[in-house]
Amino acid sequence: MFSRKVFGALAGVAVAALSATGAMAQAKDKVKVGFIYVGPVGDHGWSYQHDQGRQAIEKAFPGKVTTTFVESVPEADSERAIEQLARTGHDLIFTTSFGFMEPTLKVAKKYPNIKFEHATGFKRAPNLSTYAAKFHEGRYIIGQIAGKMTKSNTIGYVGAFPIPEVVAGINAFYLGAKSVNPNVKIKIVFANTWYDPAKEGDAAKALLDQGVDMLAQHTDSPAPIQAAEARGKFGFGQASDMERFAPKAQLTAIVDNWSDYYVARVKAVLDGTWKSEDTWGGLNANMVVMTPYKNMPDDVKKLAEETEAAIKSGKLNPFKCPIIGQDGKEIECKGNGVLSDQQVLGMNFYVQGIEDKIPQ
Amino acid sequence: MTTFEAILLTIVTASTPLLIAALGELVTERSGVLNLGVEGMMAMGAACSFAAAVSFDSTLLGVLAGVLAGAMMAALFALVVLGFAANQVGSGLALTIFGLGLSGLVGAPFVGARRDPIPPIDIPGLSDIPYVGRLFFEQDLFVYVSFALTILIALYLTRTRSGLTLRSIGENHTSANALGLPVLRTRFLAILFGGACAGLAGAYLALVYTRFWSPGMTAGRGWIALALVVFAAWRPGWLLIGAYIFGAATVLQLHAQAAQFGVPSQMLSAVPYLATIIALLLLSLRHGRAIGAPGSLGAPFVPDR
Repeated sequence: MFSRKVFGALAGVAVAALSATGAMAQAKDKVKVGFIYVGPVGDHGWSYQHDQGRQAIEKAFPGKVTTTFVESVPEADSERAIEQLARTGHDLIFTTSFGFMEPTLKVAKKYPNIKFEHATGFKRAPNLSTYAAKFHEGRYIIGQIAGKMTKSNTIGYVGAFPIPEVVAGINAFYLGAKSVNPNVKIKIVFANTWYDPAKEGDAAKALLDQGVDMLAQHTDSPAPIQAAEARGKFGFGQASDMERFAPKAQLTAIVDNWSDYYVARVKAVLDGTWKSEDTWGGLNANMVVMTPYKNMPDDVKKLAEETEAAIKSGKLNPFKCPIIGQDGKEIECKGNGVLSDQQVLGMNFYVQGIEDKIPQ
Repeated sequence: MTTFEAILLTIVTASTPLLIAALGELVTERSGVLNLGVEGMMAMGAACSFAAAVSFDSTLLGVLAGVLAGAMMAALFALVVLGFAANQVGSGLALTIFGLGLSGLVGAPFVGARRDPIPPIDIPGLSDIPYVGRLFFEQDLFVYVSFALTILIALYLTRTRSGLTLRSIGENHTSANALGLPVLRTRFLAILFGGACAGLAGAYLALVYTRFWSPGMTAGRGWIALALVVFAAWRPGWLLIGAYIFGAATVLQLHAQAAQFGVPSQMLSAVPYLATIIALLLLSLRHGRAIGAPGSLGAPFVPDR
């Protein structure tokens, strides 16, 4: 009984492996690509940018690809949506939120002939890749701009949740500011939501009321930067270009650019060269793009452009050691002169100089 | 403007949409109908008001469209729960889901558009009073409307024949019907009023609070309005206090974070909800039952024919 079970399982794996390798080596004439979004396409932010990537695929391979998407998929109930795409003849499926990780893995195991790509996660399989972007590189640049331009020496940050991705962004922003202005102070407010325009706006107003004149945000709607505009202060766009909401206040925006990556991955499927990989690209890979630097003096603009170039060329890393924690002790450097990717992806401490505590 | 004044002003903006939506629901519930569709009606109000305001470049038309959209959604609800005596809880939930979906469709072409802020109405002289002057006498029209509505609804429910009729229908629709009171007509109008208020609250959200439209921007405010009605024990005066406590707690926790008081933000975010639960507890301890709940609340009414 036992051995039969094991044999059955082994045979199953073998068949799956055979069919998987068979499928992967084949070039294709036509590809059907599916997308799962966590928010509405019209959120002006995260999901909107993924959809821009989807449209780029359609433009890049006319007649060769068809794309579909499902929007506003709740993370807890995403398995059905992903499986639905898997059953309806899709060759490549992108699931674009951290919370889709387990469901994607589960469906990927069930459908070994279909290729999956999961954004911002860390679990991979032979037919499941992961990809994410180094937004903290952009946050270091906007930190420098804020540090140079602040008159009150107080800069503010509207965060969504105190998770590593957001904490790393806050640290990069502050380190950037401190590198050009040693006296700068940062005030941080967590909205405890990714998306509630009214509350995000209130969080921004609270910071502005308390003397902040440079506002960065890591929530999804344009409400915070719009609040900065209304008060005659400055801010930075998040995820997509928010200039139309704050033409006078937006100094630059950190844009998620998935288009190049999506086009490359679809091309790999068409050519039959797709492999399971982990991609973590930044400014250098064009996955993170800064919109034109505006509304600032020329010297600040020059500084920002130089920093951007230095990060692109690898000369500058926002998390270059030594990094000092809040307790004054140096953080162990595991990445050859800089913090390792793992350390950045799991960042759960504020650097020295930030006077707040991470809410636990 | 001092920080103190600035905080108070933000609290007013945060509280007003809650107050307006909850006032409408209060009247609906006082007539004995539980409409859980506030969130959906509010979302439709926000989408339609923004669409109209941008299309015709008129805030007034936008507000009218929002109110109308809320009322239309409510009319649909009324048709189902009054016309077909369907289950109110189920129909209300369906209305929320329907409203959220439909508002996304209506608002889709207007994603990314923006409107300029509405200038506040300044009452000369009075707005120069220190601290409270700007707070009470330099607000947008919506804020004044919300205060006026609170007073008018309180007077209506206690001082007018029609208001008493509405309440008696809410308490016991069978007796009211036996007395020859127009149960269905009164309820229909009460539901419409509730929808119009939810629509107005949505319009406030899209035209004053955020000044843009994006799907799902109501973000649960309709549900908070529903909780506020219970919190206030179905009384307009208490509702005003409740809405402002809730708005204040939301805004103050953000300020507490910015001022680095060192209290975990997750806990601070939960404070308003905790306050609601405690208030409910205190109320029920004092009176032994949910005081003020209309006797026929949520029960379908089928007239004898």
